[in-house]
Amino acid sequence: MKKYWITLTYIVFIVLIIIPLLKIGSGAFSEGFSGWKDALIRPEAIHALMVTGLVVVVVTCINTLFGVMMAIYLVRSHWLSNKIKGFLNSIVDLPYAVSPVIGGLMIVLLLGPESIMGGFFENIGFRVVYAFPGMVIATLFVTFPLMVREVMPVLQEIGAQQEEAASTLGAYGWTTFWKVTWPSIQWAVLYGVVLTVARSLGEFGAVLVVSGNIMNKTQTATTLVYQDVENFNVIAANSVALVLAAISIGLLLMMEWTKRRKGVS
Amino acid sequence: MHIEVRNLNKHFGDFHAVKDVSFEIEKGHLIGLLGPSGGGKTSILRMLAGLEGLDSGEIRFHGKLVNALPPQERGIGFVFQNYALFKHMTVFDNIAFGLKVKKIPHAKVKSRVMELVELTGLKGFEKRYPHQLSGGQRQRVAFARALAPEPQLLLLDEPFAAIDAKIRQELRTWLRDLIERVGITSIFVTHDQDEAIEVADEIMIINQGRVEQKGTPWDIYKEPKTPFVATFIGESTLIDHISELKGFEEVKNDSGTRALIRPEYIEVGHEHEFILASATEAGIIRHLHFRGSEWLVEVEVAGHKLITYRSLEKETLSIGQEVRVLVHRAYLFNEERSWIMENRLKDVPIPIMI
Ligand SMILES: Nc1ncnc2c1ncn2[C@@H]1O[C@H](COP(=O)(O)OP(=O)(O)O)[C@@H](O)[C@H]1O
Ligand SMILES: [Mg+2]
Repeated sequence: MKKYWITLTYIVFIVLIIIPLLKIGSGAFSEGFSGWKDALIRPEAIHALMVTGLVVVVVTCINTLFGVMMAIYLVRSHWLSNKIKGFLNSIVDLPYAVSPVIGGLMIVLLLGPESIMGGFFENIGFRVVYAFPGMVIATLFVTFPLMVREVMPVLQEIGAQQEEAASTLGAYGWTTFWKVTWPSIQWAVLYGVVLTVARSLGEFGAVLVVSGNIMNKTQTATTLVYQDVENFNVIAANSVALVLAAISIGLLLMMEWTKRRKGVS
Repeated sequence: MHIEVRNLNKHFGDFHAVKDVSFEIEKGHLIGLLGPSGGGKTSILRMLAGLEGLDSGEIRFHGKLVNALPPQERGIGFVFQNYALFKHMTVFDNIAFGLKVKKIPHAKVKSRVMELVELTGLKGFEKRYPHQLSGGQRQRVAFARALAPEPQLLLLDEPFAAIDAKIRQELRTWLRDLIERVGITSIFVTHDQDEAIEVADEIMIINQGRVEQKGTPWDIYKEPKTPFVATFIGESTLIDHISELKGFEEVKNDSGTRALIRPEYIEVGHEHEFILASATEAGIIRHLHFRGSEWLVEVEVAGHKLITYRSLEKETLSIGQEVRVLVHRAYLFNEERSWIMENRLKDVPIPIMI
């Protein structure tokens, strides 16, 4: 019985992942290496990959900082009442429950040029929606639970006592964080970083709604692939997709490695 | 450090965990906080350390109010129930932590740590990590770490709870000696009365958030101030109608007065063993248990089952045998008060061994 399940798992794995991956590879190189290269050195492709890279870097930095802070507040703070903690705790999971497209739409409605807040920003010359800030906010919305949910259980497991011991020994917050808390959570944070990078790299729905998909301006790698497919430019679509897939495989390997370290420490 | 606590109160939500607790501790004394689980002992300790805020009351060290002082500035060493060692640091780094935080020069840190390693018998283990140590060794590390910055007050939360019964005894003596040698004011929490009696200069009995009694172990044993203390410390039998026992007839039944009788208040034996045979009354041996160094005797007197001990040196009794029983004294209490009453028929005080 067990044997059949294993076989079935492999079949699903091959059908869903390996075959499409091979298909992307063969599609990208159907006109040889130069076809792939030409697709990638199109100005809009270079620009889209750069936008994606920038979004990934900014989102990962912000999400790491605020995710770790949020996790610490939710687990450790005495000054937040349990009700508020419970409320924040369920808010963290909101992006899991809400479709990214809806999330993007909420941002457009809240911060779009027609909204009050958006109008205010527009007036001071700061465009949010259909521009880079909006894309960062949309991607943050989607990735926010990843870091919090990685770090919270580790903080809960180690408990507050090591930190309390540090405080009775004369260490203040910052020293305690770096000397006592950080060594325990560092691998969980790194794992969260990898997850965030992977998720923001591949985000499509929320970004599509918020960015308006303007070529050479707000187009990202994923929305470029979408546009190429729309235009029946199969080789170009596959070429960009292959780059994304290669990065994903790299991230996957890194995840495995951090997971193992997380278990050890 | 001289410690003074006044009207300490602490609520957790609606739950009143610490109720109007007041006490004073002399410099250099070792105090045991003893009481059942959930009584508020840990909460009191944590408030002293500044780890827990207090709702009302005053904590003074050397006469100075420290209510608003954070734990970092109270000069306290805290040994946690499960030690809370820094698990990613070696024994050396654990002990050195409090010194490095204070930016003490490297060479001085090293010599102080080595001194403590020596003192706590951890020599050769400096490079190990907490997970490579036994429970007893971890406890020593926690102890050394707390002592390293030379605190004025040492707080220990159930320091032996997580240790095998076998080495617990050994560690108790070790801790007692060490605290004496260092000469530091210390408070330790326990729910084990033997431990408290053995280690502490003074005991505070804590129950349901209140201090029931504070005093030397001997005082508390001899003169319990509340029924709770009387039942909690030592062994005892609870009797509802003590007036049915000889020598206690004048205690009124209707006042709701009840009595506690400790095994060592009771003498049991043959008539010729008693000097004051007139004060004894008849009893029947119901059970005999051999306790290694003595017999535990269950004897029935006027319908009451009493428990006492009998030396192995004396003639052995047997179950069902008729014997004479002398109740020297009883601890009496009712709603309003509690007092100790000597057997009225016993004019000549007999020294009792406890
Ligand atoms: N952080 C807390 N939140 C809510 N209740 C608590 C907290 N800490 C302690 N309590 C409650 O306060 C009471 C006293 O606890 P504690 O001081 O730990 O007692 P002890 O150390 O004597 O066993 C217990 O009933 C416990 O459930
Ligand atoms: Mg406790």
